[in-house]
Amino acid sequence: MRERQMRADMATSPNTTISASTGTTTDRSTRSRHGALGTSALRPDGLPKAQGRFAFSSDAWADNMLWGATLRSPHPYARIVRIDTSGALAINGVSAVVTADDVPGKLTYGLIASDQPVFARDYVRYAGEPVAAVAADHPETARRALEAIVVDYEVLTPLTDAEAAIDLTRAAIHPDGNVIRRQRIVRGDQHLVGEIVVEGTYEIGMQDQAFLGLEAALALPDDDGHGVELFVATQWLHEDQKQIAACLNLDPSRVRLTLGGVGGAFGGREDISLQVHCCLLALVTKRPIKMQYGREESFYGHIHRHPATIFMRHHADRDGTLRRVESRLVLDGGAYASTSSAVLINAVTHVQGPYRCENATVDGYAVRTNNPPCGAMRGFGVVQACFAHESQMDKLAAACGLSPVDIRLKNAMRTGDKLITGQVVESVAPVERCIRETAALPMPEALAVAPDPLEIPGGSGLTAQRANIRRGVGWGVSIKNLMYSEGFDDYATARCHLANGVATLQFATAEVGQGFVVLAQQIARSVLGVDTVLLEPISTDIGSAGSTSASRQTWMSGGAVDGACRLVRERLFAAVAGQHGLDPLRLAIDGTDVVDTLGSLRISVTDASRGLSFDETFEHHHRKTEELDENGQGNCHVAFAFVAHRAVVDVDPELGLVKVVQVATAQDVGRVLNPLAAIGQIEGGIAQGLGLAVMEEIVLRDGKMRNPSFTDYLLPTALDAPDVIATMIEEPEPQAPLGAKGIGEPPCISVTPAIVAAIRAATGRELPRTPVRPYDIVFGP
Amino acid sequence: MSITNATTVDEALAALRANPLARLIQGGTDLMVEVNLNRTKIEDVVSLRRVAELRRWHVDEESNTLRLGAGVPYAEMERAPLCDYVPALAEAARTVGSPQIRAAGSLGGNLGTCSPAGDGLPVVSALDAVVHLRSHDGSRDVSVHDFMIGVKRNARHTDELIVAVTVPLVTGFQGYAKVGTRNAMVISAASACLVHDAAAGAVRLALGAVAPTVVRTRAAEAWLASETSLIGTPSVSEP
Repeated sequence: MRERQMRADMATSPNTTISASTGTTTDRSTRSRHGALGTSALRPDGLPKAQGRFAFSSDAWADNMLWGATLRSPHPYARIVRIDTSGALAINGVSAVVTADDVPGKLTYGLIASDQPVFARDYVRYAGEPVAAVAADHPETARRALEAIVVDYEVLTPLTDAEAAIDLTRAAIHPDGNVIRRQRIVRGDQHLVGEIVVEGTYEIGMQDQAFLGLEAALALPDDDGHGVELFVATQWLHEDQKQIAACLNLDPSRVRLTLGGVGGAFGGREDISLQVHCCLLALVTKRPIKMQYGREESFYGHIHRHPATIFMRHHADRDGTLRRVESRLVLDGGAYASTSSAVLINAVTHVQGPYRCENATVDGYAVRTNNPPCGAMRGFGVVQACFAHESQMDKLAAACGLSPVDIRLKNAMRTGDKLITGQVVESVAPVERCIRETAALPMPEALAVAPDPLEIPGGSGLTAQRANIRRGVGWGVSIKNLMYSEGFDDYATARCHLANGVATLQFATAEVGQGFVVLAQQIARSVLGVDTVLLEPISTDIGSAGSTSASRQTWMSGGAVDGACRLVRERLFAAVAGQHGLDPLRLAIDGTDVVDTLGSLRISVTDASRGLSFDETFEHHHRKTEELDENGQGNCHVAFAFVAHRAVVDVDPELGLVKVVQVATAQDVGRVLNPLAAIGQIEGGIAQGLGLAVMEEIVLRDGKMRNPSFTDYLLPTALDAPDVIATMIEEPEPQAPLGAKGIGEPPCISVTPAIVAAIRAATGRELPRTPVRPYDIVFGP
Repeated sequence: MSITNATTVDEALAALRANPLARLIQGGTDLMVEVNLNRTKIEDVVSLRRVAELRRWHVDEESNTLRLGAGVPYAEMERAPLCDYVPALAEAARTVGSPQIRAAGSLGGNLGTCSPAGDGLPVVSALDAVVHLRSHDGSRDVSVHDFMIGVKRNARHTDELIVAVTVPLVTGFQGYAKVGTRNAMVISAASACLVHDAAAGAVRLALGAVAPTVVRTRAAEAWLASETSLIGTPSVSEP
């Protein structure tokens, strides 16, 4: 009945439609109050961004500042014979040139392994690796100074084939070796052969985060030369602080970071880019230094999504019951480790997908090559695994004579099932419901007899003939871990202050566009019954909030803000109870009042907190996880979220062009805290997953990028984006502080295989590789 | 670096005469990309954005032609009444960049840059357009086929300004198509403009992004004219 109702609602809404499947009852009085949890409260940075008034980090400015710029290697692999900076230093207006010789502390940095040089010293290992940096009075002076630096290279043959990196006969290109990590998963019967066996080898191309706000920072040196203040667009202030301090040989307390306005991140700001260079130049010149990358330099300046080759063999009973998966995964980590080992773990531990499977034989490698370094990107290893396992599920369905929906329903994981790591899925796991509710969403209307040309493949190019267009439907379902894994003590810190009815929050949570700033305000409004919630600058003045990644901030920093606000509320209740001789346990927040639940007292929070000041700090830790053993067994993940996608595409088979008509999705969100923000994440993730399905790829030739620009690296435009219809499945997660799961990553994961499956359905091609290029559709296997 | 903000063609021509190496900028959709990518260094610039004369167009009833100022933005070509006069040009204009770029870019810029992938160029080629050039010393008209001489090379002298393009108004089908790997805002992998000039009994086809300049398929046109009965039959002459 309820589902019929929902469909009726859907039919009346032309474009994006949201529906929440069930309501949850929490703060009864605040759920609908303006700006509280559960409402589409507007973000404080929304209007300024829409109107162009928001200050991004590239807008930072200081009197007397100099401009920093980076010299990069043109070669993917070479030995540095000599660096002569004298020509640059001789240029009028150039204040400093720094190389590896000028790094006062640790010469390398890295998120997991510290293997990446601040500046290349003996070898350059990827095209674009920093070799030197300059500070000058004008960006143009700085650019000329870079041209005047002479670097003699002995060019070496680059290692660009990930498979060759595993081969131990090939000389190591880095002291740490060519295999960054190998992880096997051995579970159950290693010799089981299914009644039905399907296999395939799948390839995923290198995607870029392509955030719109380019890397930028402003560094201000302390007068005594032993400290620096940095305004920077980043994802994790405290991790930057730690790495910068080590490289500069400073006490971490003397490296103070404040978040500059961030224009998107998607994982690409988790690693150090210009932070150390900028601070070093500020210390050397004793002047403020501004650095900012252009679009091309940004492609060289941050890590990318790992390209991967994944072999999979699925064994099943004749009825489609999945019995065993075999897989071999090779992820190309590029020149430096970054987060490759964690990305690999995500890929291997999710390779069975959101399905029950008792037996597994998995062998995964993350390897080092002379390709650009790869690391975190939305979906973090699961995107690659999902493309492989969902392609396999379709093959299995065909082999068993089942529909794509039925094969997935038959094997759908439930709470209490075990992963191939042996970990029990304790999270709410509404996989079946995600699939059924997606299937229940309306299909798009059939292609019109005379369609608007902008709505068909080729768009404004007017190339497709109506009669040639073929339509296909495809499915994808995914499981994604939330938060950090493998024993990492992941936590977030927040502080709440309340006085005179005004709450002030402080946290170091990087706001990268996801909307934590409004969520924090909503939490304070709901918990404390205040309307006005002020936010302190996001900086290292308070303890770490961890990284804005891994779909973790709503859970982690949300939990910290919630905890700090609850501590303040306890003190407020104690004060009110003391004044009125009541037991504080009788008090509750109702709207913007403190009320006695057993009596008649009602006093506004403003009056109750007048002249008082409560200040509390809270650290939220999630439960402990374990490392995997040598057989890949262990409780390495915290929690999981699930989503299903159904894609409908139109294809022009003659030119190989695609129009994704509609994506329907039902996502396991736990609880919707801000419907507007949630649908924003869902639509944005679908657009990003669509990019990986049909156009986004960094093309490499001999280790060099062929398309480091938005002319040649194509992102989806409004004409490429599909209609999105979404159902949010609200089954509150007991482990999560607010009942809400992270929702940032799931939308981009299974939409990619869903779109590719739809293209397969429309064309009959195998399409084992994503992104699908026009050539693949016209001439591919 | 100097910038001349010309408000009339004469002012722009005087500035060009004074400094023939100055770079002309109309919409900036090509030049600024080159500057931003550090592929071009500009010393002196003559800006044409405020030259109202370049943004005008008019239809000459007598010769049945449209004279289009070199600075008329693509956004205007997309709309009525221009889209009714030269439908293929409107279709080509729609494929150019984003709305912001179409509000800035113009045929003068396409011709000035003379990339074989210029979206408007197959249309002016298929229509046998005439390019009007002016300098301080006078003016000359050049067939668009003689104007486009190579990859990003054209017949403009350094002291000349492309002031307008004249195209015939023809009856019969005309259309433009462009293949790119995205549904909008994409450089053409290949493009084509087909014009059926019913009065002249001719079909003309120009291809973009397949050769150093936009090319006309003369042999195909001749074959259509001599070997087939297609031309002039109503079934293909009207959409």
